[in-house]
Amino acid sequence: MSGDNERMIKRAAREVLAGMTVNLGIGYPTRIVDYLEAGFPVCMHSENGISGQGPALPYEQADRNLIDAGGAYVSTLPGTAFFDSATSFALVRGGRLDLTILGALQVASNGDLANWTIPGKFTPGVGGGMELAQKARRVVVLSTHLDKRGQSKIVPHCTLPLTAHACVDRVYTDMAVIDITAEGMCLREIAGGLTVDDIIAATGVPLLINENDLDTF
Amino acid sequence: MIDKSTGIEEAISRISDGAVVMVGGFGVPGTPFMLIDELVRQNQKRLTVIKNDANERNMGIDHLLRNGQVERLIVSHIGLNPHAIELMNEGRIEVEFCAQGILAERIRAAGAGLPGFLTDIAMDTLLARDKPTIEFEGQAYLIEKALKADVALIHCHASDPFGNLTYAGSARNFNPLMAMAAGTVIAETENLLPLGGIAAEAVHTPGPFVDHVVHLHELTQEYGVVRR
Repeated sequence: MSGDNERMIKRAAREVLAGMTVNLGIGYPTRIVDYLEAGFPVCMHSENGISGQGPALPYEQADRNLIDAGGAYVSTLPGTAFFDSATSFALVRGGRLDLTILGALQVASNGDLANWTIPGKFTPGVGGGMELAQKARRVVVLSTHLDKRGQSKIVPHCTLPLTAHACVDRVYTDMAVIDITAEGMCLREIAGGLTVDDIIAATGVPLLINENDLDTF
Repeated sequence: MIDKSTGIEEAISRISDGAVVMVGGFGVPGTPFMLIDELVRQNQKRLTVIKNDANERNMGIDHLLRNGQVERLIVSHIGLNPHAIELMNEGRIEVEFCAQGILAERIRAAGAGLPGFLTDIAMDTLLARDKPTIEFEGQAYLIEKALKADVALIHCHASDPFGNLTYAGSARNFNPLMAMAAGTVIAETENLLPLGGIAAEAVHTPGPFVDHVVHLHELTQEYGVVRR
């Protein structure tokens, strides 16, 4: 993985605050735990019925009955709880999930998110994605800025089927940190070594920019 | 309390052609692989299978798919089984996708004797196609129908002969919900304990929901850790 992606994950890890209950999506979001200090007081939720999930384990130490929603073998911590799938999504829909960090195929300037299907090419099913995107108290996207063909994943309108409408609060990419506001997408931070013009050129929508209030990560 | 211990062959013979069958499990944990193997051996056809996922290639549900026993799948995700995706894309099986927690809640509703419920999850998305909507207290909602089955296949860590069940780790998932939502509930158990062997407050699924308890004396390889 490139250093830019490591920097993006490290920056997004600062979203996770003490005391939160958090669900991390498959892919880059799962890697956020690598950037939390040991013993950081956060409660990790997994859709298949775990709160207080512990770190992933190598195969030699794996418990055959203990995986996360992505299929990785994980561990327990003092305070871990197991429950059924209805309870797991009651936690999400009932407003007890403080934060979810998800991957994206496209994010629109109004916060629409598409991350579950490319019709005709990629149709695995949505899993728990819609409920996470629609009901977590804060929804953050962690994704490369560009797709595999070099196109901006940040778009005026999603052309792929939506996961949820107007759900995303903030986007972390390898190039920038962007907030979704009532006025539109607002550039907050840029990756070290890049210029504002680089971000504008790589982004499919107009950005609100206050050059005096722009941090580097 | 009566003894519901049943041989695996007799238990699975309760499934007829065309049945709707719920299968517990999320990935490997909680999947009743040996009940599935017996269902493959008995070869009941035209099944509708309700499960969170389709397991992986050459595991669990995939054996039913390869044996041509499944007409329709109701699932939340089949991404770990490319064979299931192929069959769907070729039109050889019908797949209904449901948001994962809504799938769980539809099953729970049936188990609780409710015909359905209202939700805003998946409103105005592909998954809302063909679902009726209703306005309730000024808001639009989808009407989600309860999901019942003829038979539920459950995997548990321990059972007593009456069918009080406990589940291990993340193997609980859909099992306790499905154990409430089917006409006939068959639970395979890794450990068969005497009555009283499971403390009353530790029971996850109470015995009245369970019809047959199948004791597994030895587990097949499919229950083990998968090295991907």
